[in-house]
Amino acid sequence: MSVDTPAKVIPAARKITTKPRVSDQIFRGVVTTFSFSALVILSLIALFLLLQGFSTLREQGFGFITHFEWSVATDDSGKEVAHFGLQAMLVGTVVISFIALIIAVPLAVLTALFLTFYAPTSIKRILVTLIDLMAAFPSILYGLWGYFVLMPMAVYWAKLINHWFGWIYIFGVPQPIFTRSPFIAGIVLSVMIIPIITSVSREVFSQTPLDRIQAAYALGATKWGMIRAVVLPFGSGGIVGGSMLGLGRAFGETVAVFSVLNIVFRSNFQILFTQGGNVASMIIQKFGEAGKTEINALIAAGLVLFILTLLVNFAATFIVTKTVKSGR
Amino acid sequence: MSTTTVKPVRPWTATPKDRLMTGLSIALSVLISVVIVAVTPMKGKLAYFFIFFFAWLVLDSLFIIRKSSAKGVRDSLASKITLLGSSFVLMAVGSILWAVVYRGVKGLNIAYVTQTMRQASLFDPIGKGGILHAIFGTLLLILIAVLISVPMGILTALYLTEIKGKASGLIQFLVQAMSGVPSVVAGLFIYAAIILTTPLRASSFLGGLALTILMVPTVTRTAQEVLNLVPRDLREAGLAMGATQWKTVALVVVPAARSGLITATILGVARIAGETAPLLFTVGTFDSYNFNPFKGENTAIPVVVWRALNSGTPESVQRAWSAILVLLIVVLILFVAARALGSRTMKK
Repeated sequence: MSVDTPAKVIPAARKITTKPRVSDQIFRGVVTTFSFSALVILSLIALFLLLQGFSTLREQGFGFITHFEWSVATDDSGKEVAHFGLQAMLVGTVVISFIALIIAVPLAVLTALFLTFYAPTSIKRILVTLIDLMAAFPSILYGLWGYFVLMPMAVYWAKLINHWFGWIYIFGVPQPIFTRSPFIAGIVLSVMIIPIITSVSREVFSQTPLDRIQAAYALGATKWGMIRAVVLPFGSGGIVGGSMLGLGRAFGETVAVFSVLNIVFRSNFQILFTQGGNVASMIIQKFGEAGKTEINALIAAGLVLFILTLLVNFAATFIVTKTVKSGR
Repeated sequence: MSTTTVKPVRPWTATPKDRLMTGLSIALSVLISVVIVAVTPMKGKLAYFFIFFFAWLVLDSLFIIRKSSAKGVRDSLASKITLLGSSFVLMAVGSILWAVVYRGVKGLNIAYVTQTMRQASLFDPIGKGGILHAIFGTLLLILIAVLISVPMGILTALYLTEIKGKASGLIQFLVQAMSGVPSVVAGLFIYAAIILTTPLRASSFLGGLALTILMVPTVTRTAQEVLNLVPRDLREAGLAMGATQWKTVALVVVPAARSGLITATILGVARIAGETAPLLFTVGTFDSYNFNPFKGENTAIPVVVWRALNSGTPESVQRAWSAILVLLIVVLILFVAARALGSRTMKK
């Protein structure tokens, strides 16, 4: 039996191409364009703050950072004489932020350890929810709480510290006024940054390789022995990075600090005394009745603050990413 | 022939004697703290707390050292000190929540959430004037910020998870850095860039723009985490079926991550709902409704709190506490609504 076999038709080889279709090209184009929004926004912030603050920076030069006078006055000939110096505010910002770190870091690390290794599941869930909630509290709430609830207590603590340790310079006071001091602002800030440091540390702690943990237990370590030998060395980068993220937040905090700090243009290292400085709060304080020149100066102060927080955040991000990567 | 059954024992569980010891040490510590507070000049709740805690540390260590070596004592000390640390944090949260609820409830009444401040001043007695206009103002600001920052954030996240282009590392880094921009700088930027250079004046739209700067990083980071959780198989299945990348993302990846993306939006809203500083530069103040986002000043709950706090009379302070309570409740309602929405779309 024979069948007529039709002539074999060999289809032409289909063209294989890796070129995306038009729809994909559009999709990729749109997404890529939008992904640069972070870059665009950050550069625009730097650009416009520099543009509007430039006149102040040019007039004041380096004095803008090293002087502590802040005044606009009109002299006899009707010419405006302006002195803008951020030194006291910068010193104040750093002092407050360090007080906040000194209080917050130990508490946050202990909380993170408790949550990761000690707490029973039910307590852990409640505490994690509460700490997440704490991170979402508006900063003005911290301001209200700091002024009305914390301050009466903190003044008492400050008096105690001053009574026993007053002979140390930083705990001394020229006059016995303890309200609205850098110490109290530091406590408020520490409460604000505890959730940040806790969550970063917790994340890093929970990534501790299980085999190392089990190896430590197998060698007879107690839980604390295991934490000291395995978890803390592994997580130290996370603690440092988390603390720096907290520091960035503390540098830029405005409203909460404003409510509990007496802003004075004088560098003050006596942390219990009612005199402090903070760049962000100063901007808010002066903005209301500022004239044209002063607004430019405030914008320049914003630029300084922006650069400061950006640097701290860059460093923090760098440290955290490095730690998390090295663990994997 | 008798078989011996081995009874399982648990040497690590606490024996009745151990429990007795624990109870005894706690009881003794309470006693010591009461005695010391009564006798010495140390007073107050904190004194009770500290003395109790240190007495407990010492007594319990004494009990433990009879059973195990110094190592065991160090171990138990460590666990107690972590407990101490977290109880401090708990005390802070508890104190804040208690203060808001306890002090806020006093000033809450029907008028407070149904009236505006048009015919009342901050100094009027409680019961006259309310913050309904500020609630609408806050909602309007949130709406504007969401409309701008959610597309921006999700598209950036899509770039980081789906396209994974050459600039991924840089963009990741910049987003992280952007999340650290102080809120006051965001407001100052809008002021410097728009109010000082264009004829536009303070309005809800400008406030929304300032809030966008703060919201985008939060949305991006959460959306990225969620999109990374979508299994690779789903994407590969989509592509293997012949779908283009665009179709795969739009019809497979994004729907799979929908509830997570809603969560990202919620977290962003929670981040900005209570922001005060940027609004002081960009929104101004107003004491009645303003639904036009582009024209005229407006107000928001945090701004109301801010003004009331700075007025300083007992009435205005009471208004501040009540307003912050309302703000927390609004945020909570948004949370619950969006969660419910998210879980319903998941089931579909």
